[in-house]
Amino acid sequence: MNLTLKIWRQKDAKSSGKFVTYSLRDISPNCSFLEMLDILNEQLIQKNEEPVVFDHDCREGICGMCSLYINGRPHGPDDAVTACQLHMRKFKDGDTIVIEPWRAKPFPVIKDLMVDRSAFDKIIQEGGYISVNTGGAAEANNILVSKKNADLSMDAAACIGCGACVAACKNASAMLFVSAKVSQFALLPQGRIEAKERVTRMVKKMDELGFGNCTNTYACEAECPKLISRSNIARMNREFYCAKAV
Amino acid sequence: MALLGIFLMIFLVIHLGINLCLLRSDGGEWFNAAAHFMGTNYIVKVFEVVLFGGFILHILIGILLQIQNWLSRPVRYKVKNRSYTPFLSKYMIYTGAIVLIFLILHFMNFYFIKLGWVSNPHITEGEPDFYLIARDLFLQPLYSFLYIVLIIILGFHLNHAFQAAWQTLGVNHPRYNNFISWFGTIYAILIPIGFIIIPVYFLFIR
Repeated sequence: MNLTLKIWRQKDAKSSGKFVTYSLRDISPNCSFLEMLDILNEQLIQKNEEPVVFDHDCREGICGMCSLYINGRPHGPDDAVTACQLHMRKFKDGDTIVIEPWRAKPFPVIKDLMVDRSAFDKIIQEGGYISVNTGGAAEANNILVSKKNADLSMDAAACIGCGACVAACKNASAMLFVSAKVSQFALLPQGRIEAKERVTRMVKKMDELGFGNCTNTYACEAECPKLISRSNIARMNREFYCAKAV
Repeated sequence: MALLGIFLMIFLVIHLGINLCLLRSDGGEWFNAAAHFMGTNYIVKVFEVVLFGGFILHILIGILLQIQNWLSRPVRYKVKNRSYTPFLSKYMIYTGAIVLIFLILHFMNFYFIKLGWVSNPHITEGEPDFYLIARDLFLQPLYSFLYIVLIIILGFHLNHAFQAAWQTLGVNHPRYNNFISWFGTIYAILIPIGFIIIPVYFLFIR
């Protein structure tokens, strides 16, 4: 495949970036999207040019480091996959591919396509955990969990925190991410103990960090590589109202 | 925002019920009686304050949230977002702004007359004849056309608003989601049709 790439290049957080156009030839359709970028970077290094910086880690779709906004969609044109699981066969020979970093006030660009997503860590620090004493692991069946709630909690816990929900949302809202983190604990008896403080503090932090408000466009759900459901947002809203009311 | 929206959606049903009285060939007897009741009943007057408060809060909160949303992405994407979203959900602030213009026109044509802020020939002994005021307006093709267009845009606003309001209030369950979605769509079609029948009646049928 022969491709034209338009990639956002930005020297550092303070610089104003611009699109740079690159031509790539003879790319295998079986290449992953990140491998295609690796090939580009090899060529750039051979020409003594600065390679394109982009976030990646496991390349198995589970670490949540991919953060590429490809042709107007977070993680590109395939559904329910991260950019590392996207393959070039999803594109056509001769295509022009425009690659941008996530755009949101709480996700500032560090360099090129790499953004700082520590805002998510700050939200997690506000309650995305359960407090337990260290020591020997308790017998798992001491606290019974219904199968239904265990499944819903596991579905919510599938969130890898990549930020595609924020990137896709026209308001740069983090509601899907935060709701998944709130839900995975709220659905389990161990998480109920701190449920009120958790939802209150995490929502407060989310607002403080400058994420936008949810206007129920559901772009987050459509672009989530882990298919996190918007029903989690409704659950978080219920949790939030209850926490505020009582 | 969601609670106020649902409150306003209930009000729209009552408003439509009164407006449909215009279709009776009784010289406006029912319509004026309903308008008189709405203008003089003390319980309604209390609700009038709540209603205006609801409108103002809904508008102000909507604007405030939109400003926050714009600020949350200071650097825009260069490629237009292609994520799947219900079409009308993306334009709520714009359909809302158009509905606001309609609301202002509506107030000038009716409510401000009641308050005596705007003069009208159909005021006798201090009591405006709202049937004649409405009839005169709907007999103007330009006004009726504008009214129909604005009501259709109100329908667009309602279509997303109904199901979004329940989602915001935390009502999301596989058993009820389809019902909420369908009910919202039917509501957003029937309410505008109900309002549109009236200018069509005055222009073409009566």
